[in-house]
Amino acid sequence: MGFLDIKKATKSYGAMQVLHETNISVEEGEFLVLVGPSGCGKSTLLNMIAGLEEVTSGEIAIRNQRMNEVRPADRNIAMVFQSYALYPNMNVAQNIAFGLEMHGVPKPKRDEAVRDVAELLQITQLLTRKPGQLSGGQRQRVAMGRALVRDPDVFLFDEPLSNLDAKLRVDMRTEIKKLHQKLGTTIVYVTHDQIEALTLSTRIAVMFGGHVQQLGTPKEIYDNPANMFVAGFMGSPSMNLFQAKIAVANGVPQAEFSLESGQIGVLPIVDPSVASHAGRSVILGIRPEAITDLDGADRNSKAIHTVKANVEITEPAGSDTFVVSAFGGTEITGRFRADVDVKPGDVFPFAVNMEKAVLFDPETEQRI
Amino acid sequence: MAGGASDTVVRTGRTSRFVIYTILTVFCIYYLLPLYVMVVNSLKPLDEIRGGGMLSLPQAWTLAPWSSAWSTAQIGVEATGLRPYFLNSILMVVPAVVISTLLGALNGYVLTKWRFRGDTIIFGLMLFGCFIPFQMVLIPMARMLGLMGLAGTVPGLVFVHLVYGIGFSTLYFRNYYAQFPTELVRAAMIDGAGFFKIFQRIMLPSSGPIAVVCIIWQFTNIWNDFLFGASFADFDSQPMTVALNNLVSSSTGVKEYNVHFAGAIMAALPTLLVYVVAGRFFVRGLMAGSVKG
Ligand SMILES: Nc1ncnc2c1ncn2[C@@H]1O[C@H](COP(=O)(O)OP(=O)(O)OP(=O)(O)O)[C@@H](O)[C@H]1O
Ligand SMILES: [Mg+2]
Repeated sequence: MGFLDIKKATKSYGAMQVLHETNISVEEGEFLVLVGPSGCGKSTLLNMIAGLEEVTSGEIAIRNQRMNEVRPADRNIAMVFQSYALYPNMNVAQNIAFGLEMHGVPKPKRDEAVRDVAELLQITQLLTRKPGQLSGGQRQRVAMGRALVRDPDVFLFDEPLSNLDAKLRVDMRTEIKKLHQKLGTTIVYVTHDQIEALTLSTRIAVMFGGHVQQLGTPKEIYDNPANMFVAGFMGSPSMNLFQAKIAVANGVPQAEFSLESGQIGVLPIVDPSVASHAGRSVILGIRPEAITDLDGADRNSKAIHTVKANVEITEPAGSDTFVVSAFGGTEITGRFRADVDVKPGDVFPFAVNMEKAVLFDPETEQRI
Repeated sequence: MAGGASDTVVRTGRTSRFVIYTILTVFCIYYLLPLYVMVVNSLKPLDEIRGGGMLSLPQAWTLAPWSSAWSTAQIGVEATGLRPYFLNSILMVVPAVVISTLLGALNGYVLTKWRFRGDTIIFGLMLFGCFIPFQMVLIPMARMLGLMGLAGTVPGLVFVHLVYGIGFSTLYFRNYYAQFPTELVRAAMIDGAGFFKIFQRIMLPSSGPIAVVCIIWQFTNIWNDFLFGASFADFDSQPMTVALNNLVSSSTGVKEYNVHFAGAIMAALPTLLVYVVAGRFFVRGLMAGSVKG
């Protein structure tokens, strides 16, 4: 039993099911991020928690109380919308106070609460302005203020940063994180930006096609993706996924894959139980930072193996250089130190940290 | 229009500009001429008009035709002037416009933000109602008014115009509110506002431009209506338009053209006034800043 429980919840529009049976239990003070590509049902799930969409079957509970039939206003939640949804006819102070007014809080108390929140968000000098006279970042703050002032059990955010420019987005991300650490309120946050998900969350639910693909801490999701979708979606540049065959040499399982040069690349696999898959085709998943130059490889790893391969392209990115080659017929990207002397056309030893490698079944796309 | 040459795309030469302005001026005069004739002749004694020269300015300026049209002229059988009928029209048009606009706003709000099964059908029927010819409903409506005990009264006329007006006002507000961000309504719901609170505090304050359009439209139509007024009103509840007709057609003996002109201008003034006054509030951009961008 958590603080916010989503139990076997589903959502259908007519015959079309947009959210399949979902179970998530959120602890008090957690920062849960729902992440996934467009149309995967994130907003739908969030709106079901808010009470803006009906739950087709299953249950939403907050503090062990069934919420399905409770009006949004009585759930003690607050929500920040993607478009901010500030009331255009009211000034900032009235916008922030509106929720309190509707809940019958007397005027002096409202004013005090608005002052406190404005101070916290540093928008005191904006209180008398209309939303039309604010910049995007300021509107975003006001929208947050409107949510904060209610002191709710759960905060719901639906892509609150997606309308901001890149720089402001990073700043506001930090501020939201700070705010969460300061207030300790439970937050459910929707985004399609995997970086936002990884940096903000205490737990992530990766969604795709109306299913929760994986629920776990950022580290679990990043290091141990449950399937190829999660592996490919989380991380930037995304995880290299290429075809390989399992063979056993001297009792040690190894992955074999073709290289551009016509030779066979060989990488021993750390987990000995993989030997039982000998002869089978698998998808090998290795993150770009686990494929690097030999001197840049992780010194604590006991499973660094090199593969000599053709360099197709190099992409210097300041702090690192991304080096593209092809393993198993698929383009792969390695993350090399910036000052390594590597040019397109070279045959270069790629150092692979096999401790970080994961295997997927090519048919089911699930983890082996 | 306003702005002139600075925002025209094509640069026009001196001669072509001259030609354009000449044509515009001619048309302008052509359209304003009737008004001029009405005003000028309403300020002349009758024998000046009879003596010909409709276009000439009055030699002896007089307001007598105006006061006669307003308070003493023969309307039908009684010599009351247009005053009581003007009052009837006001009593009819104000409630009809206010109520049909409010109901239109409420309908538009429900049809866009509180959708329900069959809402498009209901809206379709209302739209259909806009385009039913007036003549077709005359007899059923007379029967309805009789049953409701409103036959031959000003409230009866208000009711008729209300029924006809709601279709249009709903159409206006529905299309306007369709553009209104639904997230605002959802935010207000989470803030704890109910159905009417959202309407009153969020929707209505943002409805200025469309309300003005709706009011101008309704006011003009209802004020200028003749058919319903002639069909459903008694002598003492006739609107201005019907009274004006009676003034022009019923005078025994001499036709007092100057009085008729004055009466016609009186009948047209309120709509003009509404255009001038309401048009000033026709401000766009009230929605700016509620959502991104
Ligand atoms: N009222 C509706 N009727 C039918 N289908 C709907 C309705 N609302 C949403 N959907 C469908 O439900 C699915 C999930 O929508 P949802 O808004 O939750 O996506 P999302 O994950 O939030 O995407 P985005 O990142 O683009 O906001 C989509 O495929 C969408 O087409
Ligand atoms: Mg969404």
